[in-house]
Amino acid sequence: MRVGLFVPCYVDAFEPEVGIATLELLERLGCTVEYPFDQTCCGQPMTNTGCHAEAAATEALFVKNFSGFDYVVAPSGSCVHQVREHLTAIPQTDAVRHVRASTYELVEFLHDVLKVEALPWANFPHKVAYHTNCNALRGIHHARPTELVKPYYSKPLDLLRLVKGVELVDLARPDECCGFGGTFSVFEPAVSAKMGYDKVADQNRAGAEYVVSADSSCLMHQKGCAERLGLPLKYIHIAQVLNGAAA
Amino acid sequence: MSVEDLNPREREGVIHPEVRARSDESERSQDGGRLQHAEAASKPIRAPKVREPQPRGAKTRGDRPINQAEAAERFLAAPLHQAAHDERLWDLRKKRDASAHGIPEWEELRELASQIKTHTLSHLDRYLEQFEAAAKANGVHVHWAKDGADHNRIVLEILRSHGAKTLVKSKSMLTEECGFRHHMAANGIEVIETDLGERIQQLDNEEPSHVVAPAVHKTRMDVAEVFAKTLGTDPDNDDAHYLAESQRETTRPYILKADAGMTGCNFAIAETGSVVTCTNEGNADLSGNVPPLQIHSIGIEKIIPKVEHLGVFIRLLSRSALGSPITQYTSHFRAPRKGTEMHMVLVDNGRSERLGMEEFWTSLKCIRCGACMNTCPVYRRSGGLSYGATYSGPIGLIIDPTFNKRKYSTLPFSSTMNGSCTNVCPVKINIHEQIFAWRKVLVEEHQIPALKQGMMKAAGAVLSRPAAYRAAIGAADSALKVLPRFAVYNPLNTWGKKREMPEAPRQTFHAWYKQNRMKDTGR
Amino acid sequence: MSARDAILTGIRRNRPTGDFPLPEVPLFTPLVGDDLVAEFGERLKRMGGRVAEPGTDDVFAGVRERLDAATVIASAVPELTGNRDLRSVRYPQEVEDVDVALVRAVFGIAETGSVLFTEGQLIVNAVAYLAQHLVVLLDPADIVPNVQAAYRRPEFGRSAYAVLHTGPSATADIEGVLIHGAQGVRSLTVLMLPRSA
Repeated sequence: MRVGLFVPCYVDAFEPEVGIATLELLERLGCTVEYPFDQTCCGQPMTNTGCHAEAAATEALFVKNFSGFDYVVAPSGSCVHQVREHLTAIPQTDAVRHVRASTYELVEFLHDVLKVEALPWANFPHKVAYHTNCNALRGIHHARPTELVKPYYSKPLDLLRLVKGVELVDLARPDECCGFGGTFSVFEPAVSAKMGYDKVADQNRAGAEYVVSADSSCLMHQKGCAERLGLPLKYIHIAQVLNGAAA
Repeated sequence: MSVEDLNPREREGVIHPEVRARSDESERSQDGGRLQHAEAASKPIRAPKVREPQPRGAKTRGDRPINQAEAAERFLAAPLHQAAHDERLWDLRKKRDASAHGIPEWEELRELASQIKTHTLSHLDRYLEQFEAAAKANGVHVHWAKDGADHNRIVLEILRSHGAKTLVKSKSMLTEECGFRHHMAANGIEVIETDLGERIQQLDNEEPSHVVAPAVHKTRMDVAEVFAKTLGTDPDNDDAHYLAESQRETTRPYILKADAGMTGCNFAIAETGSVVTCTNEGNADLSGNVPPLQIHSIGIEKIIPKVEHLGVFIRLLSRSALGSPITQYTSHFRAPRKGTEMHMVLVDNGRSERLGMEEFWTSLKCIRCGACMNTCPVYRRSGGLSYGATYSGPIGLIIDPTFNKRKYSTLPFSSTMNGSCTNVCPVKINIHEQIFAWRKVLVEEHQIPALKQGMMKAAGAVLSRPAAYRAAIGAADSALKVLPRFAVYNPLNTWGKKREMPEAPRQTFHAWYKQNRMKDTGR
Repeated sequence: MSARDAILTGIRRNRPTGDFPLPEVPLFTPLVGDDLVAEFGERLKRMGGRVAEPGTDDVFAGVRERLDAATVIASAVPELTGNRDLRSVRYPQEVEDVDVALVRAVFGIAETGSVLFTEGQLIVNAVAYLAQHLVVLLDPADIVPNVQAAYRRPEFGRSAYAVLHTGPSATADIEGVLIHGAQGVRSLTVLMLPRSA
């Protein structure tokens, strides 16, 4: 199985350990992983701002980089959501359609494709609040959102249950958006930050030591908010926890 | 429960409510416990030593784009108001969840509601004609209004032909759209809103901030101030019961003497020609049953084919809005009372135009329950008035630009597109996808600031060229001192004002990969 | 062109194309148990209403205190004679001083605790709102299980006015504090009393 690894720009720049953990974890689970060296971004910042024309060249580059793989895997729900649902600024050739259909977010790839049932190396003896990225939750269906009257399921929590020592804590508002919202965090900073403050306060009240998420962008925003408020919370990507990070 | 039973912290906080006398049976269920329906589980706010003035809404200047972010920031600067607003509406969202999860067929009901609405909208001409014929056969006068001005002119004519000078009305978002009250005031007609929240807003000369709870952004202290000024209540008494009772006592004389009554319309039934209103106060029934002349204003998208379809919508509406199984009053007005006149005004005001917008016509399915507002994390922290439009929150973001693309061009950007609105919508409008689609339309039509588009163009140029990208984030693949591109391009550094900057790692993943995994490849 | 024609022409021009069939609406399995009277009462209580059982000697025992305290009683039911004759009322404003109004419900809904009135039961529609308190007679045999079943009833297509009351007038518009008697009646009591043959 040839897997192309997509490391989103902000992971590349700020959380290289997340990229490394994703790579190592996939290899541990028997995948042949390649990292196309000329990759940059999925086009989401432009697309989400409505600037589709401005995203076209970036989208074309993404497809060029990731053609020819069985799967493309990225440790980010929002980037995968962009590729799957919104990579539409360029003509939809067979190559484009293939890349879009075969791009997976890490958690769903582990859960649905590799069907991982054991992670014997993983041990994370901490109180954990899980943060569900909104695109991962409602866009690529990681879990049953609280709004819907459907049977409960959660792919990320299924995986975290395979990790020894994890003690999950409950949030008062489990799947309320944390306010990152991509360019929203820049163009509407006051509301974005307030949402972040409320989110981290909820995590703190729940007694979490660590906040785990499948999306580094939310984590980066929340970490910035928690530090500003002086809360003792630590933030870590699920790839690192599943890969056996001791924290 | 009496005051003594409260824990000391609550007691000293002067906060109102649980402090009703035991004998007030209207607040008790039969077993003596407090009633929960429609009541907030959120604690009433504690009276501060210095009153926090109510933050006002967006500053509107003609067609200039609304600065929602600016108004939101002022709302956030009033922490008491913001926290009360957020908690109250989140509580409604939780009640909605509890209520929905009690109905096994909930998702099926949403699907049915959506299908009934899409069917009706795609045959709207036929159903409107059927409705008109049925209403006429019932002895109702039916009028058609192209827009808000047309609506106001028609109603004024009806009133003048009856020599009517005062009109009591129940809440209607449509009449807000039409600027009805202002128009009537300018023409010497006294209009009295009879919904408590709407009356508060009328007396404060403010638009409603929420489609179901018009004054939800106000504290009881704000209401006390408004009532003291306008109704002559005791300015030092901010007890909600006292305030509500004062409103009842001062409104009733208007209801009794009004020359005409008006209601909006939640559902209009094509097969019977009926108008259905859903209220909790019974004020639509007073407006429709007391004055000798009754007028119902109906948005043309409110039509549903048959009575039996109400079974679907009524089960969804109040559960979505407040979490209660039904509103206290569900009223079906079909024909005039003996010796009185009944008029129905069918209003377009942009709806037939919206019907032709391929990506946006399904927003006409909306039944105005407010669930999308209650769940919206941005709305709860900004207040409905920050949107500077008749419709606020998620549904407002996708409806308002159809009224004025320039003025409301900024609104679709006041969202994180988290999608919760879409999931709570009882008629399954894909709200967050329409927000996304609106952004594209507004960019294509040059309705977003040049600076913003310029930033995106520059970002796109860099992100599509690997060499340029690598150069931009660090010449030697070394640690970054900058934020991701979209943040860096913002000259204001709005990130760092509110949040700590992420620490720059020693090296990027890219550099790590090159160093650790590409030694042998010769690249 | 008249506004009517302009609107209809606009709709026809812009009507969404595609197949959007009108779905069948099932009756759905009632969410309530077999004891509709108990279910009705339970739900009415949650909506702020009260259920009173008829007494053995005095069918109005459950609301006797209310009736005794009232100065003006308007009865639209043969079971009790009030002191304000609704049939002789010319203008709705005349009933504004009514303390207690008595009305028989056409039917009740167990799912919600609602009762239905039409102009036939109310005689003067406004009395159900202008009165301070409302006492409703409901035949236990007249309770339908759910809202779907209620909307298969013929009253909605026949009556000039049909209204479902679920508890008394209520508002939570000020800080979410629940208040009864916002504009309409301050209390609603349902007396389970079979229709007299």
